[in-house]
Amino acid sequence: MTAMKKWNLIIDVAKCENCNNCMLTTRDEHVGNDFPGYAAPQPLHGHNWIKIHRKVRGQDGMVDAAYRPTMCNHCDDAPCVKAAGDGSVYQRPDGIVIIDPQKARGRRDIVDACPYEGIFWNEELQLPQKWIFDAHLLDQGWKQPRCQQSCPTGVYWAVKVEDDEMQALVKKHRLEVLRPELNTRPRVYYKNLHRFAKCFVGGTVVAEVDGVLDCVAGAHVTLTRQGRQVATTQSDTFGDFKFDALDPGSGEYQVEIVDERLGSAQASATLAEESCYIGLIRLQPGVPHGSGIHAGARRAHA
Amino acid sequence: MKQALLKTILYGVTHVLRYTAKRHPAFRAEMKRRNCVVQIKLKDGSIGRHYTFRHGTVESAAGLHPKPDVTLIFKDLPTALSFLKPGAEQAEILNAAKNFRVMVIGRDELTVWFMQLMNRLQTVNLEIGTKMPDGTTRYTTNTNGGPMFVYAKDGRIVRMTPIVLDDGDAPSWSIQARGRSFTPWRKSTLSPHASALKSMVYSDKRLLYPMKRVDWDPKGERNPHNRGISGYERISWDEALDIVAGEIKRMKKEHGPGAIAIPMPSHHQWGNIGYYLSALLRFGNLIGFTRVHPNPDSWEGWYWGAMHHFGSSLRLGIPSFYGTIEDCLQEAQQIVFWSSDPESTNGLYAGFEGTQRRLWAKELGIEFVHIDPHLNPTAQLLGGKWISIRPATDAALATAIMHVWVTEGLYDKQYVAERTTGFDAWRDYLLGETDGVPKTPEWQEAETGVAAHVCRALARSWGSKKTYLSAGGLGAGWGGACRSATGSQWARCMILMMAMQGWGKPGINFGNLQFGAPLDYEFYFPGYAEGGISGEIAFTASGINNYQRMPHLITMNPVKQMIPRQRLPEAIVEGHSKGFMWDGSSMEAQFAPFEYPMPGYSRIHMLYRYGGSSFGTIAKSTRFEQSYRDPSIECVVNQSIWFEGDARYADIILPACTSFERWDISEWANCAGYIHHNHSQLNHRIVTLQHKCIEPLGESKSDYQIYLEILHRLGLGAMFSEGCSELDWCKRVFDSTDLPKHISWQEFVKKGYHVLPAEPEKTRTSVSMRWYAEGRPKDLPEPHPLPSQFTDEFGQGLETQSGKLEFVSSSLARGQADNPERPALNRYIPAWEGPHAQALFARYPLQMISTHPRYSFHTYGDGKDSVLNDVDDHRIFVDGYYYWVMKINPADAAERGIGHRQLIRVFNDRGSVIFVADVSALVGRGIMKTFESNADFDPVHSHGAEGVSDRSGCANVLTSPRPQQQGTEGMAANSCLVEMEPWTPPAGIRSKVQVKGMAPSNQRPAAAKPAPAVTA
Repeated sequence: MTAMKKWNLIIDVAKCENCNNCMLTTRDEHVGNDFPGYAAPQPLHGHNWIKIHRKVRGQDGMVDAAYRPTMCNHCDDAPCVKAAGDGSVYQRPDGIVIIDPQKARGRRDIVDACPYEGIFWNEELQLPQKWIFDAHLLDQGWKQPRCQQSCPTGVYWAVKVEDDEMQALVKKHRLEVLRPELNTRPRVYYKNLHRFAKCFVGGTVVAEVDGVLDCVAGAHVTLTRQGRQVATTQSDTFGDFKFDALDPGSGEYQVEIVDERLGSAQASATLAEESCYIGLIRLQPGVPHGSGIHAGARRAHA
Repeated sequence: MKQALLKTILYGVTHVLRYTAKRHPAFRAEMKRRNCVVQIKLKDGSIGRHYTFRHGTVESAAGLHPKPDVTLIFKDLPTALSFLKPGAEQAEILNAAKNFRVMVIGRDELTVWFMQLMNRLQTVNLEIGTKMPDGTTRYTTNTNGGPMFVYAKDGRIVRMTPIVLDDGDAPSWSIQARGRSFTPWRKSTLSPHASALKSMVYSDKRLLYPMKRVDWDPKGERNPHNRGISGYERISWDEALDIVAGEIKRMKKEHGPGAIAIPMPSHHQWGNIGYYLSALLRFGNLIGFTRVHPNPDSWEGWYWGAMHHFGSSLRLGIPSFYGTIEDCLQEAQQIVFWSSDPESTNGLYAGFEGTQRRLWAKELGIEFVHIDPHLNPTAQLLGGKWISIRPATDAALATAIMHVWVTEGLYDKQYVAERTTGFDAWRDYLLGETDGVPKTPEWQEAETGVAAHVCRALARSWGSKKTYLSAGGLGAGWGGACRSATGSQWARCMILMMAMQGWGKPGINFGNLQFGAPLDYEFYFPGYAEGGISGEIAFTASGINNYQRMPHLITMNPVKQMIPRQRLPEAIVEGHSKGFMWDGSSMEAQFAPFEYPMPGYSRIHMLYRYGGSSFGTIAKSTRFEQSYRDPSIECVVNQSIWFEGDARYADIILPACTSFERWDISEWANCAGYIHHNHSQLNHRIVTLQHKCIEPLGESKSDYQIYLEILHRLGLGAMFSEGCSELDWCKRVFDSTDLPKHISWQEFVKKGYHVLPAEPEKTRTSVSMRWYAEGRPKDLPEPHPLPSQFTDEFGQGLETQSGKLEFVSSSLARGQADNPERPALNRYIPAWEGPHAQALFARYPLQMISTHPRYSFHTYGDGKDSVLNDVDDHRIFVDGYYYWVMKINPADAAERGIGHRQLIRVFNDRGSVIFVADVSALVGRGIMKTFESNADFDPVHSHGAEGVSDRSGCANVLTSPRPQQQGTEGMAANSCLVEMEPWTPPAGIRSKVQVKGMAPSNQRPAAAKPAPAVTA
């Protein structure tokens, strides 16, 4: 007797380019179609059963953007199931949470129960609705939901495995869930979530060479916080460096740059809610201490 | 003996008809549509039989009928047998028809009905589509954004998905690179506009019945000034078709040849039969029309500029791409994306086929640089260095990079010496020896906003690494920076840079992994610009393969008068216009101007327009509103699927159905005749039958059927259709290709698609320009230069006069030596609309770029109340209306008190447009980025008594109609100065055209009732 295999969805934030095929094909599947026992028709507009959120980080000179799709998390300890109370929302043995399109009529409170804003109110049908993991298709033998089929970059990976196998995947790929502190135990996992949820500190290393300013590649860059080394890296072809996956609001950081040939510099950055591009940091011959520190610091606090 | 055979066949026809009608209700219904007598006879009357159709039954008798409705007359017995014997050769039939060995006399619609009925005998037995376990039928289709499975049930589409290949389909290719093996996913990838198509089919903006403008009376007052203002009333098809056919005749009689113009759409429903270059062109040729000639839209700087340094007129001046995917993955160290956003523009028609390969490049550690005013989606996905540049200054950056290469010796001196001409003059320009201005990194910084140290770092990195240059969306040309005032200068620089770096050597080429997959390029299937069924030899590539392989009647437009597409409004309003030719046969064809009107022809008085792309796609689009209202235009017909854009300016609206509601046949991304081997973008070549998945909605009809029914009224239906239905034409196209060697017609109709096997590793094409770099004869499957264009032996050298890459263009020196805006030696001339236009810049200090759209494909996919409207990067819903997105910089927004997702009015002297602001650091300071070619035009009274703003997001209201350079033709939309301010809709705001029951495309009706759901 083996344990039950259950569905999970893994989403790689680093691969999402916001094409929206997942959102569009979910609408293709549900707008105008009734799947009794699974889902009543989705309204043409307004309901984003899959919704892509954007995060732009950084400032002029060093900017990146990441996209995070969200949908019903199919939680093992789902607030909507609890709120429903009467079985009108239930989790199937394979892990998929279904809002019964008959029993749940009139239950607006189910919408409010979801802390992830994954449930939508269908005004016309007086029905709470959400992404059903394409359970109706999986039950017919489909191997993957439509969001995965239509995704051009491989953001989605639906896996049907036992829970301990899933936990091994979580470890292996360093997967995270949204708002773990709620203990809802989502079955939707994220890879590279730091691209969306965390901050970076970056800068550009330059030095005066033969009377003009040049980018410095290959300089050693060290990031420290409260006297402790956090990470090291090297500047690239354009003198750029970037330390990623830092906590928002983690405060003051110091950056120390050493280039064997062109000298050194220091700068500081403060992480509040947003990422910080320090700007140009100019190497001075010899040991640290130079005008670059101040330029950097000014930029960081601008 | 032969006489007996003919008599037996004629006798047998009766029984075949009866038998088929008995077994097939569809055939029975078709036979029941007409009561008439059809006679078939030999010219000398020696053999004849007539068939009497009455209420779905058929009787026949030998001998001649005194008054048949339709008579088929064969010159002699062999001709009759060549037609009527089973397995008749299409070429034989056509030859007989063209040489008058067979004649048809009788009412046109009855003739066509009978011929189609006879053809139906061959198709009525076909099994169509694949039955699925859930009760749906799986059909196939093809679109501008990729081929799809279409699942339908009870006459309604349930879902559309990518085509997922199965084990029975041909295996995929693999590429070996740096110790790894790469094989693509076995499915078609779809663009967002394809993923959203079901909502467009069932859109409540569909035109479901013919309409007439309420105050346009073809027998009385026509009120041209009310076009785009007065509403519409429903009329019957008969009334609509009678009016249109009547107007066509009246134009000819009252005004003479040339009075009807057919402004062709930019893009259309995919296919070889229903496409505008196919059925519409055949229709146009049969009525005679003034051609509205396109300029090389989206190719501008390459066609008018780059071509003159290396040739490639076949490709309108963009480089070819063979073998570059393998070469790039194996050899390149760096890809420079320059005004290149393939994740938004998807190559062309290619879904997301290139995306996976670019992700492979990332896995392999190939470095990326992105030069673009916008941190575009490609840069967002791939990462790498973003160099934010001021619009239309790209040529300055390129020039300075080349300056560094010269001063630091970072170019391929041997290649320059052996494979190029004129380098000394170019070097002197770079060093400032001719004008006293060395083109240093510091020099360019003031122009471009790119720091000198960044310019220098890029130049050194490029000069020392094997670099692929992805210039434009395709990786080799197209869109973006080539569509600005300096577009030609930039595109020319791109060629010159590659000439300095050893273009064609391993790892050094144009491309971004979008084009050049290792596919079978020798398998023949026609592309959409090979003319389809048009029979048009002059303006399509039909003559090369299609016309020979699919015998059909040639058609010819006797009206030689043409109007340049960008200048149509001036032609109408001012009565005169001048343009320069788009003609890919040579580098010289573009120097010849053509003018309207042409001596001997009428001015235009009737527009037969397909769909609605003028406003979205052509500069200063308010010109079109004025031209539509010009009193010289007596009749405007618009044949359209949706009520949007130009359709609102029509007098008669003919509702067309989508390609899901009719038959067609096509290959994915194959637009041969337009782009040679465009399907090289694909991971798998996929040919599809485009099933008729559902019946046309409402009273809409296929384009083919609409043309046919108009032409019935001119007695030209038989000539147009050759007696064929659309499905019959699909079979004729199928027979003309290499497909029958691989799959039977019956199986193809059932399965709906066929995957062509990939090219085996040993016979793959070589790499573009490798032959040139190695000094060998050309070895690519590209029929260009033309034999006479080689200046050395056939196959040796390029199309240029020297046969080499030319730093100083000999064709420009020959063609327009006196044109100061297009010198033979390229040089940086600041944009005529930009910071150097000081007075204008003082009033309009923001530079707007409007590039090819990401979510819609031109107007295809936008508006129509489609689900694309729910994509945040496409439109955003604010107070009952979906507004078009404008990306702006936080500092520019703050200065003007504009918040994220707040409505803004963007304006200049040309007009005013409402957008919704997307405020982020994704665009640089002073720059605004949006997409061009939205589907609609929705002017509203918005501020003050006179003020009118378009609120549909038509960026081209604001762009200049000036050609990039004098002596050329082509848009410069990415040189556009504007100002913006916060905007609040005035109370009671209304669109200017109100059609009962139809809200503007992007307004959501307050209480929209959803269509009845299908239980699936």
